[in-house]
Amino acid sequence: MTINEIQDEIISEFEFFDDWMDKYDYLIELGKNLPLIDEQYKDDDHLIKGCQSRVWLHADLANAHVDFTADSDAVITKGIIALLIRVLSGHTPEEIAHADLYFIDRIGLKEHLSPTRSNGLVSMVKQMKLYGLGLAAKKDA
Amino acid sequence: MSTTAIAEALQIDQVRADFPLLSREMRGHPLVFLDSAASSQKPRVVLETIDHYYRYQHANVHRGVYTLSQEATEAYETARAKVRRFLNAAHNREIIFVRGATEGINLVSSSFGRKYLKEGDEVLITAMEHHSNIVPWQMACEQSGAVLKVVPVNERGELQMDDFEQLLSERTKIVAVVHVSNTLGTINPVEEIIARAHKLDIPVLVDGSQAAPHLQVDVQALDADFYVFSGHKVFGPTGIGVLYGKEKWLHALPPYQGGGEMIETVTFEKTTYNELPHKFEAGTPNMAGAIGLGAALDYVERLGQAAIGRHEDELLAYATGLLEAIEGLRIIGTAERKASVISFLVEGTHPYDVGTLLDKQGIAVRTGHHCTQPLMDRYGIPGTIRASFALYNDRSDIDRFVAGLERALRMLR
Ligand SMILES: Cc1ncc(COP(=O)(O)O)c(C=O)c1O
Repeated sequence: MTINEIQDEIISEFEFFDDWMDKYDYLIELGKNLPLIDEQYKDDDHLIKGCQSRVWLHADLANAHVDFTADSDAVITKGIIALLIRVLSGHTPEEIAHADLYFIDRIGLKEHLSPTRSNGLVSMVKQMKLYGLGLAAKKDA
Repeated sequence: MSTTAIAEALQIDQVRADFPLLSREMRGHPLVFLDSAASSQKPRVVLETIDHYYRYQHANVHRGVYTLSQEATEAYETARAKVRRFLNAAHNREIIFVRGATEGINLVSSSFGRKYLKEGDEVLITAMEHHSNIVPWQMACEQSGAVLKVVPVNERGELQMDDFEQLLSERTKIVAVVHVSNTLGTINPVEEIIARAHKLDIPVLVDGSQAAPHLQVDVQALDADFYVFSGHKVFGPTGIGVLYGKEKWLHALPPYQGGGEMIETVTFEKTTYNELPHKFEAGTPNMAGAIGLGAALDYVERLGQAAIGRHEDELLAYATGLLEAIEGLRIIGTAERKASVISFLVEGTHPYDVGTLLDKQGIAVRTGHHCTQPLMDRYGIPGTIRASFALYNDRSDIDRFVAGLERALRMLR
């Protein structure tokens, strides 16, 4: 599936939730199941600092596709990370770098990606795209 | 005008009705506002006073021969007199209007630092200071070569007074201490701190940001040399605050900023400074802010600080009891004397998650380090969830908060 097909799939999944409670229950569930990042990558080099919660992100390039693993100390943040990984992992660096992540807004979680929220997610998305760009550049070199 | 009665106990329904914002809905629920330690809501009388000022009284102060300017000046100076009464200062000229507590502290650290701090001197603060009462002193120390010393805090969140005694010495040039901790709620024994410092002729600055909304403050009884607070935390507007300074200190300190208002005569060779308090109020002041603050202080006095204190103590005890009954909940800050703030953590949960799920239920609390990172380091925690109360909160707020918290914890654990 393309990045946008996955985004659309998530949007239709979230249409089933009629209140915030179910939505957050689901996010928390996703957060709890997020494949933990390899412990060796949970260091300062992989840390994205937010004032409110912290995020660790690691990227691997295999067969021209990027695989992300990540973790956070806050479970709701983790749930959103799980969605971001589902959308972006397994795509080429170019696709990642150019992705338009409209699904967050459409499923009503935009507030978590506001820079004032300071939970590390905005920087994480930026970082994912930078990895994409960086890996794309490396591949070209 | 509000019709809130002066009574033994607060007429809480009337008080709540005085605050328009409290009737807002948040995410389909009546708002439960438990973040007054960050900034308080405003009673109608403050809004009306500001509106009235701009509609009928506004002109620049202190300079006009015309009636309107004189009226504006009078309103501004009346606000100063109200602050004097609120703090029980000896003279109106000891009340300096500033932007807020932060600016008040910067004024003192800068002016005092330039004149009195030199290499090897010490500035004594405490481990529970807000960044606003840390960073300005670090800057003054950097400039002068003085050293910052820190009084430690015990596990309950109280200052270790033995260490304070030990750290005070002839090298200490000034002590800066928070009256009430914004993170722990601890009420510090500032009277005792000031008395001990004064034995060595050391002046003391008290950060009263969290005390002004909750306690009766008497700067003369405390014998404080400097006392600062922000208007927006005492039901007044943003952008206005107060620095109280003893006259002898305000005379001794050099001006902070230069400009209009603060001068007597200006030539290119030499400028002589205006008298107090204008020496420290360069430029056109925040008149509407000062006048709005005056209305807020009147409002507080009308309700009565004793009644406010009793009401809040009762809320604090009630909330503490309910929170203590929650499994795995740990209150950070269990001092003997506390005011209106409860910080806590819940085992196996992150403050961000708890705060987010409370917000979804219309309950506003603050999460994070509350601008007291060194204090968080002291406890070895990244932050807390903080609920703080003001005179307009009631038991139903606490009940909804606790129910909301329990629901959030069921989802998270
Ligand atoms: C104890 C304390 N000191 C200083 C400040 C700074 O106040 P302001 O930002 O209004 O200058 C605050 C506000 O959070 C505070 O709680």
